[in-house]
Amino acid sequence: MAHEHKLEIFRGRWKFKSNTQKIWGVLAFLTFVTAIEVILGIYKPDMLMHTWISPLEGGFFATIGNIILSPFVYMKPLNLIFILLTIVKAYYITWDFMHMRDEVKSLRRMVVWTGVFLICYLIFILLQEGGYVFEVYNADDALIKRDF
Amino acid sequence: MDSTVASTGTEGKTWGGGNKPLNASYGKMMMWFFIVSDALTFSGFLAAYGFSRFKFIKEWPIADEVFTHVPFLHGQELPMIYVAFMTFILIMSSVTMVLAVDAGHHMNKAKVTLYMFLTIIGGLIFVGSQAWEWATFIQGDYGAVQTNGGNILQFGEYVTVDGKEKFKRISIDEFAVTEAGVRAQHERKNGLWFVTEESLPPYSVNEIYNGLAANENILVRTQIINEEGEKTVLSREESLKQIKENGKLVVKGANLKVNEYGTSLFADFFFFITGFHGFHVFSGVVINIIIFFNVILGTYERRGSYEMVEKVGLYWHFVDLVWVFVFTFFYLV
Repeated sequence: MAHEHKLEIFRGRWKFKSNTQKIWGVLAFLTFVTAIEVILGIYKPDMLMHTWISPLEGGFFATIGNIILSPFVYMKPLNLIFILLTIVKAYYITWDFMHMRDEVKSLRRMVVWTGVFLICYLIFILLQEGGYVFEVYNADDALIKRDF
Repeated sequence: MDSTVASTGTEGKTWGGGNKPLNASYGKMMMWFFIVSDALTFSGFLAAYGFSRFKFIKEWPIADEVFTHVPFLHGQELPMIYVAFMTFILIMSSVTMVLAVDAGHHMNKAKVTLYMFLTIIGGLIFVGSQAWEWATFIQGDYGAVQTNGGNILQFGEYVTVDGKEKFKRISIDEFAVTEAGVRAQHERKNGLWFVTEESLPPYSVNEIYNGLAANENILVRTQIINEEGEKTVLSREESLKQIKENGKLVVKGANLKVNEYGTSLFADFFFFITGFHGFHVFSGVVINIIIFFNVILGTYERRGSYEMVEKVGLYWHFVDLVWVFVFTFFYLV
């Protein structure tokens, strides 16, 4: 058959004999990741509920630093872990279930780079704006009243 | 043929490939284009959700307190369990789909049929679960009072569980003091035939206030999240004052206008995003059924290729992929 599959995941650390076996292997991995997410989501370890670094203060470079380090400065470690695990799951669904691993490099880039670039742009703009509106609503001189 | 298909002189190279540029068939490539654009649609929705959440970051409902139900287990608070089950079902149906694609590569009609069937069943279980999830969400459980400003005030009391003081929610049904002479709902048959009215809330604010005044243990909880990441609980005097002065409407459950769990935007986004995803799953099931019958009828056997199963498979995996993100941003983060 003309359909050839690359039968290894984790950069060759886990090899499979057939495509069917690889599918079950990927399922086991995805189930494992989901189980970790659910357990963390139920128990919410205290250690992961508060940010490890507080925002840098003092001038322009501190602001730049805060932007670069924003996932660590403003996000709870638990949420960061959730988002990273989600991206890991998305990777294996696309690469092994949708057979992106077997497509030519240019098709892969066409789909992934386009999507990733536009989505990052969208997220940046909307979250930035949402944070700004929050500041406007909650500033000391805000003209918003909660109850009237 | 030469007059209709231009020869580019690059056949055999990646960009040449005649009618198979990028080494993918026309159908598969178009499916990928569709997936990219649909992914952008979904990210638009999820980013808009993020926007609204950042706007109300100090008062957004906590998902673990909203989605706590599991079918057949009444009265138990089990956050995450049911959604985890739904996620697993969808991943599982993705697996049977990819097994069907694999069997198609080996021209094994019996196996393709079996795996397509299992995929359809998985999809149906998922859509059914989502319908149940919606019904529970719309139904609501504890009820709340909405203020003039659109904020939600919930009720509960402090109880000691395993030596720890915990805030336990109390349903409005348990303490509301019903009064006689409450207005009946206006329907076409009992009033003006050309005017209708939406169903009335289960209680009036006054009934809730009287119930609250009669039960010393009950406190009001606002939607503001405090330093510990929990919703703020008011003192007894403050509780009574809030309901008396600001209470406007008693709400039970959630719809597009009111939401007992907190900001009404939360319910709007929940209905819109999970609804849009559920519609994708539904259409996926319908397409899968069509392909399933085509497989049984031997259409692809005669065509000599099961590529159609592969294309539908791409769509089905994409639906799974989207759910992974919806799961994270609605239930986990």
